[in-house]
Amino acid sequence: MARLDVKIGNLELKNPVMTASGTFGYGIEFADFIDLNRLGGFIVKGTTLKHREGNPYPRMAEVPMGMLNAVGLQNKGIDYFAENIYPELKDFDTNVIINVSGSTIEDYVATAEKCNALENIPAIELNISCPNVKEGGMAFGTSTKSAEDVVSAVRKAYDKTLIVKLSPNVSDIASIAKAAEAAGADSVSLINTLLGMAVDAEKRTPLLSTVTGGMSGAAVKPIALRMVWQVFNAVKIPVIGLGGIMNATDAIEFLLCGATGVQLGTANFIDPQITVKVIDGINEYLDRQGCKDVNEIIGALKV
Amino acid sequence: MKKSIQDLRIVSKEYPGNNYVLLKMTTTDGSLLPEMLPGQFAELKVDESPSTFLRRPISINYVDKDNNHVWFLIQMIGDGTKKLGSLNEGDLISVILPLGNTFTTDLTQGSKALLVGGGVGTAPMLYLGAALKAKGVNVSFLLGARNIDALLQLEDFRQYGNVHTTTEDGSHGEKGFITNHSVLNDEKFDYIFTCGPKPMMMAIAKYAADKKIECEVSLENKMACGFGVCLCCVENTKEGHKCVCSDGPVFNLKKLLWQD
Repeated sequence: MARLDVKIGNLELKNPVMTASGTFGYGIEFADFIDLNRLGGFIVKGTTLKHREGNPYPRMAEVPMGMLNAVGLQNKGIDYFAENIYPELKDFDTNVIINVSGSTIEDYVATAEKCNALENIPAIELNISCPNVKEGGMAFGTSTKSAEDVVSAVRKAYDKTLIVKLSPNVSDIASIAKAAEAAGADSVSLINTLLGMAVDAEKRTPLLSTVTGGMSGAAVKPIALRMVWQVFNAVKIPVIGLGGIMNATDAIEFLLCGATGVQLGTANFIDPQITVKVIDGINEYLDRQGCKDVNEIIGALKV
Repeated sequence: MKKSIQDLRIVSKEYPGNNYVLLKMTTTDGSLLPEMLPGQFAELKVDESPSTFLRRPISINYVDKDNNHVWFLIQMIGDGTKKLGSLNEGDLISVILPLGNTFTTDLTQGSKALLVGGGVGTAPMLYLGAALKAKGVNVSFLLGARNIDALLQLEDFRQYGNVHTTTEDGSHGEKGFITNHSVLNDEKFDYIFTCGPKPMMMAIAKYAADKKIECEVSLENKMACGFGVCLCCVENTKEGHKCVCSDGPVFNLKKLLWQD
């Protein structure tokens, strides 16, 4: 059995496998299916300063090898999380990470400060890439200037591991990653969903209430791999790869392209046990390849 | 209730009507199926269908405890459900169950319940009817379909109560829509349960509200996960957005915004 532990900033993970925000609830929803303590970490759903009802129904459309969603960051706010959810999560033997979203820099900072006070939350993932909210979210992640502004403001308010989640809906993701790094991010995670659309031809209507939505699932993997590879070659901080990972081989491809950790997202909907299967699969791969440590394959793509 | 994910084996496959398949399934190792309640559903994985990415939510049609079978009545509409219908006895399907909440079944003995189902929405009414009859409730079914070929499992329903039917072409029961059936005027009910197309359920809900009858509806909003994490299947209720998969699929009419 090879060593699977990796480090992201000051964050120590027992293995590189985490879950993507918005696909794993608060983790406890999966407790019937898996032992959460086996995960490298899990990232709870996008949390904002105040309660958000999210977008109207319909919010989901299935597409070939993937899906579109338009949830719009429905959540009860950071104070509700701290009072009602955190006590249930704080004693798990894994990294529980909060995905932080906002519509203004002040909101991001205020939410990050509240996260800072939660002792057993070792990291936050700053979501500057949600395509489903009008007033911000993705807007922060689509220019180097606004990315740098929000990341440096949060950096001053947050002293644990700061991961910045990047949008793929940009022309040069590496430059956004570099801006996040320069502003003090400890890591970048990518990709968030790709802006997409689905149409009912008979009714002549969009399938989502918001017309456009975020695409995820197996179909996005080649784009995600390309972006992880580009960002890995552009920054010095660790990269977390996600987008279309459906099995252990997919996850290994991301590690080879330079990801220190991976997140499983949409795959959790289809197989709620996929995370532990991927951990086991990475381990088998390392044994088969004669590797003693997962770090040997990170960025080990032969080009 | 603890959810499980496991492969179940198809022990019998029937075609009770046009475009419908009834799969009776059991565990592969002889272990007991988890406890399931009327109104709950399962998520069935579809293999070898390139256009089917997500599992398919299918309501629990009936639980045959004597034989350790769970029944799924599936309308074959898209590629995914057609693929499920093309499987054979002995084949395995990965199933997550039980999911969702349940219809209220602790009604007063001797009270009168009307169970209204339209199309494939009749499916959960069979197991509900059986549970209510076992509690001494006086059960009536009102089942509607386009035509006689789409009226399913009538013999099974008759074991648990009076069966009233409507078809749009008059080929069985009263001609027309469920909401015009004479039983709604001729009899008085204490409780109404309904599942089916939304316009039908809304009309039944209006009837129930006008007559001040307690009413529970089962919704089938489009969902990705089935266990409350994707937040896609929300219904806007008096308490805000609620997930049909985990807060529902059964909602008391009073919680919905249908009457406003």
